[in-house]
Amino acid sequence: MAVTNTAPAALVREPAGAAGTARRSPATPARRSRKRRDRLAALAFIGPAFVAYGLFIAAPWAHSVWISLFEWDGIGPSTWVGLDNYVKVLTDPELVGALRNGIGLIFFYTVLPIGLGLVLAALFAAAPGRASGWLRTLLFLPQIMPLVAVGVIWRYLYSGDGPVNQVLEVFGLGAVTRAWLGDFDTAFLAVGIVGTWVTTGLCTLLLFTGMQKIDRSLYEAAQLDRCGPVRQFLHVTIPGVRAEIVVATTVTIIAALASFDVIFVTTGGGPGTATIVPGVLIYRLVFTSNQVGLACALATVLSVLIMVIVAVIGRIGKERS
Amino acid sequence: MTTASRLTSRAFLVVAGLTVLIPFLAILSAALQPTTTLVPRLEWPTNPQWGNFAEAWTSAGFGSLLRSSFLIAITVVPVTLVLATLAGYGMAMFRFRGRGLLFAFFIAGLTLPYEAIVIPLYFDLRSVGLIDTYWAVILPLIGAFMPFGIFWMRSHFESIPAELSEAAEIDGASRMRILFQVLLPTARPALTTLGLLTFMWAWNQFLLALILLRDPAMRTAPSGLGTFVQQYGENVPLLAAGTLIVIAPIALLFLAFQRQFISGMLQGALK
Repeated sequence: MAVTNTAPAALVREPAGAAGTARRSPATPARRSRKRRDRLAALAFIGPAFVAYGLFIAAPWAHSVWISLFEWDGIGPSTWVGLDNYVKVLTDPELVGALRNGIGLIFFYTVLPIGLGLVLAALFAAAPGRASGWLRTLLFLPQIMPLVAVGVIWRYLYSGDGPVNQVLEVFGLGAVTRAWLGDFDTAFLAVGIVGTWVTTGLCTLLLFTGMQKIDRSLYEAAQLDRCGPVRQFLHVTIPGVRAEIVVATTVTIIAALASFDVIFVTTGGGPGTATIVPGVLIYRLVFTSNQVGLACALATVLSVLIMVIVAVIGRIGKERS
Repeated sequence: MTTASRLTSRAFLVVAGLTVLIPFLAILSAALQPTTTLVPRLEWPTNPQWGNFAEAWTSAGFGSLLRSSFLIAITVVPVTLVLATLAGYGMAMFRFRGRGLLFAFFIAGLTLPYEAIVIPLYFDLRSVGLIDTYWAVILPLIGAFMPFGIFWMRSHFESIPAELSEAAEIDGASRMRILFQVLLPTARPALTTLGLLTFMWAWNQFLLALILLRDPAMRTAPSGLGTFVQQYGENVPLLAAGTLIVIAPIALLFLAFQRQFISGMLQGALK
């Protein structure tokens, strides 16, 4: 990714005089003072951002890890319990279930949208024109909306007498109609589809920009080898957008594991615990059952899980390319 | 491509477009039904009740919810732009020990879910008396936007030819002057995009607003909508009207600046 690509360029841009003398002569007082001035200047420029980020993001995170080592109801005194909360996060059925649901959402937030996105992007690439540009903008729309609003819209669509069931009846499928979000068998599927609805547009556009960059001559070579459209798609297009697939996977997996808004307003984690995810369970643990230490342990596990997955995907992406 | 396969592929694209469009049309038609309709059917209302929007705005309080969101966003955006510009410039132009580590520290924040920081924020901000003030959301949001903002501005400054600032340096310009008079004019597109994305993320933020602003009078548009749905979920037309009010500012901004939004989010992800 560009993070690493830009590093060499930045090295070249080192003010030539300073870098040139550095290697040849030992540090002169003038050079040393310049270096110190540089460090102070850097501090002045980066300092405010560092304070904002350190104080309101990094410190709370560290504090959360600290709280996770205690049993605390949020009001009274706290008791040191060591790693007990973590044992509970990894063994208690409700907490494990929340993590499992979060991971299960990856299918709806990542796998399905990238699969659909590959097909849609290829179709867009084959259908240039203003109409298809408008259609791409439309597909992107769910991505910029407040997810709470998305949740409210789908809550209405899925309701017992709502539009989804109404459409099913029109197609003669009256037998399968139900309150989709209230049914143990369908609630998870229903909230998952909302995730697919949100992320498919982003994946499609990411993959579409990747496909624009593929060298046309690769397709011509494939045609000479008598590859049909399907084989061209499999052997030229998909390898050509590998970088974009890695990015789309990373971004959408974070969205899946950290999902909160849509589930909070559609099901609240129910029925029972059918759609509970870490975010909603953390909220419940703090504000309804007063288990703040346990909530912080779950939050820590969630953030570490996301970091590990992102690092692994980054590593895989780099190895292959 | 044969005509048949071209038609199939067009049909597939149109169906995808309709899947996005129909939920919006459904919520619009629901918002225009009489508020006595329990669960509105999917049909264009015979007698559209545009007054539902006025009712949602005033008696359901969506007007004041929007005001909160605006106050938060118009504070967060300029501060984020200034801090990210300074730090992005600092990260791009200076060499110092621990620079790589510092950058990694900032970048780690890109993967951090809000769930992982909101609980201590709630207790810490409560103990310093900031809970139920807009600062409780403004300050963490500024912090949360630093990783992306620094990253975004750093890549912008690194993309500018070094000769530009070197020439100014030879002329004896200070670092500040180089930043403000030489580099900043080139940064306008990058800043516009960052400003739009920051506004959107601030506007859409739910979890922080829900937990750090417990006082109903302070609620933001998304957190107000999220609690409204639990109290008045039965009144679908009013709820639908409120939902559209919450969406409207961000949707209008998207329509006006769609190129910046889309390319910003795609480039931001790719970088």
